[in-house]
Amino acid sequence: MQTQELKNVASQVRRDILRQVHACQSGHPGGSLGCTDLLVGLYFNSMKLAQDANRKVIFNMSGANEDVFYLSNGHISPLLYSVLARRGYFPVKELATFRQLNSRLQGHPTPHEHLEGIRIASGSLGQGLSVAIGTAQAKKLSNDASIVYCLMGDGEQNEGQVWEAAMYAPHHQVDNLIAFIDENGQQIDGPTEKVMSNRDLEAKYKAFGWNVLRMDGNNMDEVVATLAHAKSLLGQGSPIMILMKTEMGAGVDFMMGSHKWHGVAPNDQQLADALAQLNETLGDY
Amino acid sequence: MKFTYETKKDTRSGFGAGMEYLSQNNPKVVALCADLIGSLKLEAFIKNSPERFFQTGIAEANMIGISAGLAIGGYIPFATTFANFGTGRVYDQIRQSVAYSGKNVKICCSHAGLTLGEDGATHQILEDLGLMKMLPGMVVINPCDYNQTKAATIAIAEYEGPVYLRFGRPVVPVFTPENQKFEIGKAIHLIEGTDVTILATGHLVWEAIQAAEILEEKGIKADVLNIHTIKPLDTTAILASVSKTGCVVTAEEHQINGGLGDSVAQFLAQNRPTVQEFVGVNDSFGESGKPADLMEKYGLNAAAIVEKSIKAIARK
Repeated sequence: MQTQELKNVASQVRRDILRQVHACQSGHPGGSLGCTDLLVGLYFNSMKLAQDANRKVIFNMSGANEDVFYLSNGHISPLLYSVLARRGYFPVKELATFRQLNSRLQGHPTPHEHLEGIRIASGSLGQGLSVAIGTAQAKKLSNDASIVYCLMGDGEQNEGQVWEAAMYAPHHQVDNLIAFIDENGQQIDGPTEKVMSNRDLEAKYKAFGWNVLRMDGNNMDEVVATLAHAKSLLGQGSPIMILMKTEMGAGVDFMMGSHKWHGVAPNDQQLADALAQLNETLGDY
Repeated sequence: MKFTYETKKDTRSGFGAGMEYLSQNNPKVVALCADLIGSLKLEAFIKNSPERFFQTGIAEANMIGISAGLAIGGYIPFATTFANFGTGRVYDQIRQSVAYSGKNVKICCSHAGLTLGEDGATHQILEDLGLMKMLPGMVVINPCDYNQTKAATIAIAEYEGPVYLRFGRPVVPVFTPENQKFEIGKAIHLIEGTDVTILATGHLVWEAIQAAEILEEKGIKADVLNIHTIKPLDTTAILASVSKTGCVVTAEEHQINGGLGDSVAQFLAQNRPTVQEFVGVNDSFGESGKPADLMEKYGLNAAAIVEKSIKAIARK
């Protein structure tokens, strides 16, 4: 898919995020909007996904011989749900059930409800990178050359398990793994610098043995180019970490620039104001 | 029926033997260990299948997550460490990445309970059965000797779903058959009796057999069951036994809160209210000492089972 098409998908995904969160008056729009360009770039451009003869995606829990993505910061579930639905894993209209009783679209993602595209539960932070490493090692054992991706938050770097995983992956040469940290600089209690500074993540991951890249996570051209570059660096003994600068609330002017919209739903007027800034490119559900 | 034994072995070596068997017979089994290869008796597995072993270092949370990821990729991970570090330390990782996610991960832990001995209470977890049985979908197994632990290790590889397998450090009598078939959730009736039911698990099963012999000398006939699977509980066998005896003693190397006795009481309260006495640790931590001395001090041996049996019968 070309960059302009990807931008069109991203615009629709942002609308989906806002409408999901608005409908149930709960959820996390800020980080979801910030990571939209990455997930659209992955699922609609970079990832090799299992497909049937009609090029429709099919879901296999094992992810054998296809690329696998894990969302470790599970609270940005409205983004993942929208991308999976728009990519064809489940009906787009199911987005209307987000966070409702008896829905497969739980507040945080889970395979417990058998939603196509979800392989692990996330929400309690710090666990996704370990899971991604496990699947990457399973692929190596099976001589499966596809890639495992994992997205974490920058606030999530506070969790100790992240650093257990950070130490393990280079030691075991897990070089079929590309991880991302969403550096939006915000967490629930305020700016990351104030709550618990990550200091220099690039220096930290390099010291742990990772190959570290940087990108502007809200520039689709740069996202696509960096993903292609990262892929070219796989298989050389090191896992890859992409530090991704994003703006929480990206795409909606009044949601950007603070942590205020981390976990707050827009009211009717705010939704209307936000949707006015985003083209309905693929049709609302 | 008289039970005898020729040797004493540690149950963890039964686990190691089971893993050795799986290294040769099930190519999907992988093992992980958090810097305790010798304690978990994994040497033979690693020698036979080095590519299927993952050393995680002293990082148990990461080990659980990696296990979940390997399970997604189609393997059957056996995540191994001491029981304290493999359950309590990583409860949230097991809860979210394994149990709630429904992953086929086997959490296999040694050095459970007081019989860890001299290392003391920091390592003597007495809450692990309770922690694990509370997780929806988790199978919880606590075998009694070397042969049964080996059989259970082999059996859980064939079962699809999360399992907690608990075993220990001390050498204990090997009295169950070699090469037995282990049936998850199926209690083993060891001794027939009509006066009191004794439901024992893990290291307390041999003590229960000893207790039954002492009781027999006093003219009391105990019905003894080996409850190797705490969850799912063999309620059919338990109901049949208490229907005969009218009272029950549960025995386990675990807190009374949350253990086998707790599961039995919950079941009986709803189905056949029965006088029950509990052999277990009563809301306290352990301490350093020799295993047999600890078991005596904390009331987890044959003598304690005898005493509670007489008490239960008197309360009928």
